[in-house]
Amino acid sequence: MMRLIEPLIPALRRYARALLRNPTDADDLVQDCLEKAVSRWHQRQADGDARTWLFAILHNLAMTQMRQRARRGAHMPIEDTAEANLAVAPTQESGLRHRDLMTALDALPEEQRSVLLLVTVEGLSYAETAEILAIPTGTVMSRLSRARDRMIQLMDGTEAAVSAKRPLLRRVK
Amino acid sequence: MIMRPICEDDLQGLVDERLDTARRNEVEAYLDAHPGAWARVERMIALREDMRAAFAPIAAEPVPARLNLTRIAEARRRPARPVWQAMAAGLLLLVGGAGGWGLREVVSSVPTGIEALAQSASMNYAVYAPDHTRPVELAAADRGELAGWFSARMKRPVAVPDLSGSGYRLMGGRLVATPQGPAGLLMYDDGHGARFVMLMRPMSVPGDAPMRAHTTETSNGYAWAQDGLGYSLVGAADPTILHPLANEIRRATAKAS
Repeated sequence: MMRLIEPLIPALRRYARALLRNPTDADDLVQDCLEKAVSRWHQRQADGDARTWLFAILHNLAMTQMRQRARRGAHMPIEDTAEANLAVAPTQESGLRHRDLMTALDALPEEQRSVLLLVTVEGLSYAETAEILAIPTGTVMSRLSRARDRMIQLMDGTEAAVSAKRPLLRRVK
Repeated sequence: MIMRPICEDDLQGLVDERLDTARRNEVEAYLDAHPGAWARVERMIALREDMRAAFAPIAAEPVPARLNLTRIAEARRRPARPVWQAMAAGLLLLVGGAGGWGLREVVSSVPTGIEALAQSASMNYAVYAPDHTRPVELAAADRGELAGWFSARMKRPVAVPDLSGSGYRLMGGRLVATPQGPAGLLMYDDGHGARFVMLMRPMSVPGDAPMRAHTTETSNGYAWAQDGLGYSLVGAADPTILHPLANEIRRATAKAS
């Protein structure tokens, strides 16, 4: 069990942080996930993939928590988030781009954000992503396509609301 | 509008490098003839790279001690131990200013000797190891200064063991209070976020004491005395990791003295 789970912890932390943004909340979530994984290890299908199984647990915990947060109205927009919570200080050009990326990611519908993160950042296959999110692979594909178009639209400022706030940081040649 | 046989899924597959060579060639041939679609795919690839780069530092961070799997599994296997509860209550009373008498009321016998040393080490591990802001007061760069500081306050020569040969980095140390007086606390990490501490303080009796294992709900430890100086190594790691390390430290300090 240790051998299979332990190497995945850094990636679980990364996904949790990408969803929740706050480092403490994210690690709380990973801790819950690991506790669940340890207690349910025997229920896991022996031939199942540990990574898919763990990401599914983490994702479901995150969704529950985000729904609760939304009900309590505790969601913190990115502008109000302490700079320390961002991985990179937004003082340089790269930092600005990073911030743009995060703002665009925040603006995505939750269902698109999960798909984009699992495929792009975590490098999971379309089939694994479908299994984690309990949706058909076709849905993964359509959400992925929409998520990317929406991100690019937001980041490249093709939308008036975004371009008015900051200069265009990247143009397609 | 993208027409068959090349479809939107193929473009996404190209961005994510999920196409086999034959299909990739077909898609690229199609894109050569459609510059607008090429530009979009290139922009999506750039986005993929930006996203990976943005989140990569998180996976490179050391994993915090509370996410140590061994510890999580241990905590689940072992229900809260009465000894630890008594210990924690004793600590609260002590900190609260009730002093040794408070401790005496809670715990039937005040720990002495190696047992007291082990208790101090476990308590200090619990306080300082999870600390993100300032786990150590003096960084490892001041190794000589650490040894000098400890030696001066404990009024005897105290060495700072180097465990880099076993893959453990010295983070630094600090002076801590124990019921028996000042003690030196060293902190090490394994490069993967797991930390352990070693507490050292003079014992009331000279000579050696054999090594003993001690555990709390959240940590394992080994304590011993050598030439009147007590040592206790504490961490969340499995005893199979800690025990050989404790033996190695004992061997190294024996040679040094």
